[in-house]
Order: sequence, then C-alpha cells, then structure tokens
Amino acid sequence: MDVTIVDYKSGNISSVINSFKEVAKGKVNIEVTSDLNKIKSSDKVVLPGQGSFKSCIDGLNSINGLTDTLSEFALNNKKPLLGICVGLQMFADVGYEEVETKGLGWISGKVSKINNQNGKYKLPHIGWNQINIVKESKIFKDIENNSHMYFVHSYEFIPNDKSVATATTDYSSNIVCAIEKENIFGTQFHPEKSDKTGLNIIDNFLSL
Amino acid sequence: MLKNRIIPCLDVKNGRVVKGINFVDLKDAGDPVEQAKIYSDGGADEICFLDITASNENRDTIYEVVEKTSKKCFVPLTVGGGVRSIDDINKLLNCGADKVSINTAAVQNSKVVEDSSRKFGSQCIVVAIDAKRKDGGWEIFTHGGRNPTGINALEFASKMEKCGAGELLVTSMDKDGTQSGYDIELVQKISSMVNIPVIASGGVGTLDHLVDGIKSGASAVLAASIFHYGTYSVNEAKQYLASKDIPVRI
Repeated sequence: MDVTIVDYKSGNISSVINSFKEVAKGKVNIEVTSDLNKIKSSDKVVLPGQGSFKSCIDGLNSINGLTDTLSEFALNNKKPLLGICVGLQMFADVGYEEVETKGLGWISGKVSKINNQNGKYKLPHIGWNQINIVKESKIFKDIENNSHMYFVHSYEFIPNDKSVATATTDYSSNIVCAIEKENIFGTQFHPEKSDKTGLNIIDNFLSL
Repeated sequence: MLKNRIIPCLDVKNGRVVKGINFVDLKDAGDPVEQAKIYSDGGADEICFLDITASNENRDTIYEVVEKTSKKCFVPLTVGGGVRSIDDINKLLNCGADKVSINTAAVQNSKVVEDSSRKFGSQCIVVAIDAKRKDGGWEIFTHGGRNPTGINALEFASKMEKCGAGELLVTSMDKDGTQSGYDIELVQKISSMVNIPVIASGGVGTLDHLVDGIKSGASAVLAASIFHYGTYSVNEAKQYLASKDIPVRI
C-alpha cells in the first residue's frame, strides 16, 4: 500500500512523518511529497496542517493543481484521506483566522475562534484532553472512550451537519475533535503526538 | 477536561544530559535520547530539551539529539537554548521538535517572535522568561541567566503575548536549583495577567511544589532534578497530583 503525506511547505510535519513511518514499518510505503501524480496513484492521503488556516490554504494554492488533485482523490475517487489539525479545518467552507479565507468546502461548515469566555479559558488550547466518542468511527477501533489526546489549537471546526462529528472534547464548549464522512477522516488533535493511543489511531487509518 | 501537564526537562550540553545548579556546576549524567524515551514511556506529557551552553558553542549536537529523539518519542518535544533566528527555529522543527523556546533572541528583537509565530504558528513558539527578583518586582535576564537587562518581567510577558507567543515558560532564577519550590508569586502574577498558558519552572524539590505551581495558575509544571536523579518518577508525580484533586492524564 502507498500512503502519501502531502508536503505543501506549510508548518512542521516531521512529527507526522516520524509517527506514520513508525506505525507503517515494513507494511506500508510512506511518501512525503506534493507531486500530483504520486498523490493520484496513492491508496491513501494524509493532509497535515500547522500554522494559520490562511497560511495552510495559501500553501495548498501555491502548488499548481494540488487542491483539484486532492478534491478528485477525496470526492470523486472516494479514497481514504485523513486531515490532521488545520488539515481537518481546511475541509470547511470558510475559516476566520487572520482574515476570512475560503476553505476546501468538502464538509460544509466554518472554522471560528474558540470562545475563551472573557479569559476564563486560555488559548491556544494546549495539552492533553479527553475525547468523547459520540459516534462509531473506523479510526477509533480499539480506542476507549475518554482517551487522552494531545491538542494545540485556538480555532475549532463547526460543521453544519453535526452527524459528521465522531468525537468532541470539552474546552469552553463541546468542540468537534474528530470527523468521519464516508472516506474523509479528520482529527483536531494530533495523533502523531498522542503517544500509544495516537499511534493506534494512525494504525487504524493505515489498516482501512 | 484539559489536564495539567508535567514536563520533565533535560538540560543538554554537547549532546549529553546535565543538570545545572543555579546555571553553573554541571554534572554529566546520561544520553538524552534514552532519558527522553524513559520519560515518555513513564507518562511525561511533554519533553523539554534545554541546550544550556548553546549560545556559545557548536550547536550541531542538539540537532542530532532532536532528530533521534523525535523518532522514538511520540509526545510533544520542546527545544530551547541558543535559538537566535527564524532559520534556527526552522531547522529545529525540521529535525522533529514540536515547539521551540526562545529567550535571548526574543528580548533582543521581539520581531523574531512575531515573525516566527506567523510563519510556523503560535503553537510552536514558547517564550522563555528567566526572571530574578529586584526592587519588589522581577527583572529578566538573557544568555542563560548571565546578562541582566533592566526589563520588567511582567511587562515583558504581556508584550510577548501580544507578539504571538503560544506559551510562556517562566523560570525563577532565584529558585532554580534550590529545590525550595517555584516562585509562586511570579507564576501567579504572570498567569493571571496573560491569556496564554504558563509553564512554571525553577526550584522543584518535592511533589508538593508541583501542586503549588498548578494552584498558582500554571497550566503546566516543568522540573528537572527530581525526575533526573530518580527522586520521583513522572508517574508518582501524577498520582500525587491526582490525589490532590489536580486533573492530570494517567
């Protein structure tokens, strides 16, 4: 199996690469590239994302044909794709970090700043928080409800259709932290930094 | 519920672990990659490497240490010490660091914090504040605690938040190495003033000190000696915090 981690020069993806390579050892071939042909021929794609919503979208758009290739992969060919952190957020129609920015529009909804309730909640939401699994998901196989995952973000994805949410986490409100819509998966938390439980989620994705 | 973090810190010099007492008098005691792995397997919420003499010496050893560690530890890794520029930050992140802590460069030129948080995201920019009590307040120091600056620590903390720092790592130089507890008042003042997470550092000798750090408003507590010399394990520390009704990941 060939899995591509999309390298679009936005943010730091070495931890994503290291964790996928660790889990993939010997059984899955991991490519790190923005080469459109390699993405097209992959069995699965991982879309990481760090930094702001805008900087990630700008990063995708700076590579000619990349968003079209990804859309074709996920929407037309319906092959498994996992978005991590801003990678998940970019599925939305629109994001409001820095300036209003158009997202990929794969899963209808918006990305807004977490309500810090006048300073009661510090932002970024950094650290280990428990996930409340609200719906079965293929990437949660053998993952216990209330498992701890590592989060680092100030913005949250608010989908219009709540049924895409597979897990939430409690920080100021119930933040959607994992989604599954057909072949499209996403986590707001960082499985690559969530120790053994996180590696288990990566393994579940690679085993799909 | 978001848990309070326990962060063991490894002071690294020339690729080897040391732990300074009041920033001098170093002892050599171990391989950083092995140490980090022991910590992450033992439940550390993050690992911190501080390259203590990096400002003056050849820095290439730390890159190698970070690269090796990030292939073995799957919890967040923060690296600080001698980080001068956007290029240094970029290089550390590419080697596998998840966050970079900036001290001297942030004081000398706050634009480094502004530019780096915009380029890499606030989540990976930690500003390290080394503060020492002076005239009823606190003064910050640079260059691993060697150079006084005349800058007020509380004003600087606020400025760094505005510049885009994702977290503040607040070290009391009066307390560091004394094992007599954090400078509680300093942690309280800064964490109540800023809306970003504060990591308390400097002075931990007992598990109650960790409890005091969290109770004074820190989101995370950093310690070196008590873990490094095996006085307590990270898991023991977490069990103790939990017994005091402090939310931790167990």
